[in-house]
Amino acid sequence: MADIKKVATRVSYGNTLVELAQQGADNLVVFDADLAAATKTEIFRKEYPDRHFDCGIAEQNMVGVAAGMSTMGYVPFVSSFAMFVAGRGFEQIRNSIGYPHLNVKIAATHAGLSVGEDGASHQCCEDIALMRSIPGMVVLSPSDDVEARAAVIAAYNYNGPVYLRFSRLATPVFHDPATYEFEIGKGEKLTDGYDIAVISTGLMTNEALRAAVLAKRQGINVRVINMPTIKPIDEEIILTAARECGRIITVEEHSIIGGLGEAVCSVVSEKLPCLVHRIGVQDQFGHSGPANEVLRDYGLSAENIVTAIRDIVRPDNK
Amino acid sequence: MTKLETLQLKLTATRVRMGVIEATHGAGCGHPGGSLSAADVLTYLYFREMRIDPEQPQDPNRDRFVLSKGHCAPGLYAALAERGFFPVADLPTLRHSNSYLQGHPNMNTVPGVDMSTGSLGQGVSAACGMALAAKKQGSDINVYTLLGDGEIEEGECWEAFMFANHYKLDNLCIMIDVNGLQIDGATRDVMNSEPLDSKMDAFGFNTIVCNGNSFSDLEQAFKMFDLSHGSGKPTCFLLRTTKGLGVSYMENAVDWHGKAPNDEEYAQAMTELRNAHATLEKEIEFNNG
Repeated sequence: MADIKKVATRVSYGNTLVELAQQGADNLVVFDADLAAATKTEIFRKEYPDRHFDCGIAEQNMVGVAAGMSTMGYVPFVSSFAMFVAGRGFEQIRNSIGYPHLNVKIAATHAGLSVGEDGASHQCCEDIALMRSIPGMVVLSPSDDVEARAAVIAAYNYNGPVYLRFSRLATPVFHDPATYEFEIGKGEKLTDGYDIAVISTGLMTNEALRAAVLAKRQGINVRVINMPTIKPIDEEIILTAARECGRIITVEEHSIIGGLGEAVCSVVSEKLPCLVHRIGVQDQFGHSGPANEVLRDYGLSAENIVTAIRDIVRPDNK
Repeated sequence: MTKLETLQLKLTATRVRMGVIEATHGAGCGHPGGSLSAADVLTYLYFREMRIDPEQPQDPNRDRFVLSKGHCAPGLYAALAERGFFPVADLPTLRHSNSYLQGHPNMNTVPGVDMSTGSLGQGVSAACGMALAAKKQGSDINVYTLLGDGEIEEGECWEAFMFANHYKLDNLCIMIDVNGLQIDGATRDVMNSEPLDSKMDAFGFNTIVCNGNSFSDLEQAFKMFDLSHGSGKPTCFLLRTTKGLGVSYMENAVDWHGKAPNDEEYAQAMTELRNAHATLEKEIEFNNG
């Protein structure tokens, strides 16, 4: 397993900005708030310094400036940590980008607990909930390098506001770039199975895949569905899973309040009620520590997913 | 500017003020006070300063205006209607549930509105983005934005002011309508932001203090903005104005920040404005003489 390539999706983001520019995206501009080295927009800044604007530590103004610039025909990508752009900039995103439906891409890095050592103040587990609630906002949460690159390109080509969620932690690349196709609003069935469906997003999809392998050893066939678009959610793939598997577990590196889990719940509760067990950050804040330890502490690991799978599929056989 | 031109602007501004009264009376709510204090600068912008064409409200080469103090939509709408962007007769539909004239400016429904605003502090950032875009495009357009003196209590404004200076946006004209009143009282009592001139100087602006209800002052100020192009410094007008100007009982009265005139008050306001209009028409006739 040592040869598995690991890439942080924030790096995928920075690289893809450069690729887009190289391929003729002349109207693409990038804004950052004194975090270019961390968000990886510095990769773009190095190649295209005239199209990268540092706004200083002033996210609210950055969001508004990008909104204004988009009215002049540019396609701005606005970057900071999820906490500071989706959190502090929420009302600016809502009123200056969402309400006029402007063509601005909010690219947030350092989402979720896997920020690690910086601790709770920087671990944003509320951004999906915030962004989902804005009318017309597309919310993308890619799971690896291949998907993140495709998501950035799709966001650029889409006319309207998009929120992109990237991670700090380098994680395995499991998609094959030669065959992978990304479409906004489409989920992806990664493994077939009829005992239970595990619907995951972001870094958790890799954990879900690992969990499916572990469950298989115990004779449980898991359908893993990767959900890179949280909004608009792929209702069809969810309803098919509800119909064919009858039980769903959702896994996200986000609060169980307002995230993927609740998006799935709202689909099945209205159209095809079935059990949905949400794995995510419970109603609590994170804490400092190495990313993988923090994720494990909060139950965001393949091992914990397997336990949940077994408890649901074989409730009498613990 | 000739005396006749000044009189014509005063006449237009009086009609803009009538539009503010028509709109807020029609709505039964809204913000007449700050719309009236800004009526003169809005008139100057749309009738003398800005490069715009009501027939082509989306012309990419137009100058841009952002009403950062978005609650003064009645003033902006009245100026746009008077300038021909849409019918003056539509003004009383302001805030009605089937009207395109939303309570705060909506760029997607109102012809001539360049940015949706309403939440204070945000429009000025968007204006900075427009000015930056124009610089990057090598375009010679100007970007104008009007803020309230209460609005600048929002921290985002000062982030935007830093940005404008840092990126040398000398095509950006930030205008602050210093009428001295906000909802809870006098700005000096609610949250004193003075001295504004030295603050804006310190933030790197080409700062101009003038009477925002005087067309000759406004003419001088806009000339100085023109002259500042190439200086690398953004411009800031501190417009000393009278809130509610033009309607006697609204002048300097904090109550009229966000309240509509009832039928009786409407009749009185319109009588006052019609009288002012008639007087100006006579003066113009005399000057044409």
